[in-house]
Amino acid sequence: MLRSMSSCLTFVRRVLVVAAALLILAGSAPALAQSQPPQPQDEFKPVGNNPAPEQIPAAPLLIGAYIVVLGGLFFYVLSLSRRLGAVQQDVQRLEGELKRRGRG
Amino acid sequence: MPKWFSPTAILCGLMFVVSPVLIARSPDESAMGMVYKIYYYHMPSAWMFLLAPLVCGVSSALFLARGRAEDDRRAWAAAELTVLFGALTLITGPLWARRAWGTWWVWDARLTSSLVGWMIGWAYLILRRYGGPGSDKLAAGVALFGAVNVPFIFISVNYWRTIHPPTTVVPRLPVSMGVPLWFCVTAFLLLFILLMTMRLRLEVARTRLDALYVALDE
Repeated sequence: MLRSMSSCLTFVRRVLVVAAALLILAGSAPALAQSQPPQPQDEFKPVGNNPAPEQIPAAPLLIGAYIVVLGGLFFYVLSLSRRLGAVQQDVQRLEGELKRRGRG
Repeated sequence: MPKWFSPTAILCGLMFVVSPVLIARSPDESAMGMVYKIYYYHMPSAWMFLLAPLVCGVSSALFLARGRAEDDRRAWAAAELTVLFGALTLITGPLWARRAWGTWWVWDARLTSSLVGWMIGWAYLILRRYGGPGSDKLAAGVALFGAVNVPFIFISVNYWRTIHPPTTVVPRLPVSMGVPLWFCVTAFLLLFILLMTMRLRLEVARTRLDALYVALDE
């Protein structure tokens, strides 16, 4: 009798442990799901008639990006033109000097 | 400058003037909204950022093999464009990510390898500027690593876990989004060719200047 009671208690304890483990897992599942990084978009689709409301305003980021690209390219072209102009001027000056020395 | 330079520069300038109109008329993306339009300048910049180290690496390999100065000059010009287009890509990317992903930066394979590629470009330029005699060959070795990194950057989004969109988004784009994108890619490619030509001309002029100084000293 006592042996059967003890085995019954052991069974109930096991069931409780398994149930507790399942409850813990179920409770932590949303937290685990939140800690996963969002999935990448594998396709870009045009927006429909009802665009989603914006949480972070896009306009400053968009304008900033275009200013960075166009400004960066403009300043690089400007810098390159200046460097090229300066070196070509030096080349012309030295070529003139060489010609003068050749004559002298 | 070569004969084709001026007409190409005018065409490229016109394309950059027209591109914002095409971009403004293209639809917003369903999940990202308006910020998606950064893609029209981000992606072409990124492609030029991949093209430049390839040109630099191949030219450096040729320079190491043949020892010709023109290969070295091409490599140097391409390294500068690596840094330029890398900077544009690495700035516009986070501006897009802030709205699309909710964060400026993630240390995934695509972003990290891009940053490494950009730093290799800087390493090349710093070596050429401050490396002293023999730095041309040392820098050429560095450029080979930069070129090897390019396929890694390209495929990284398809093989490693990341929130960066994969390369498959480009062929799947609808016409309304594909036309402005390919228009911008063409404009950036023309600009790349023009900048390479100008930068190469600068190196040729510098070589001529050095030769003239030597001639004057003798």
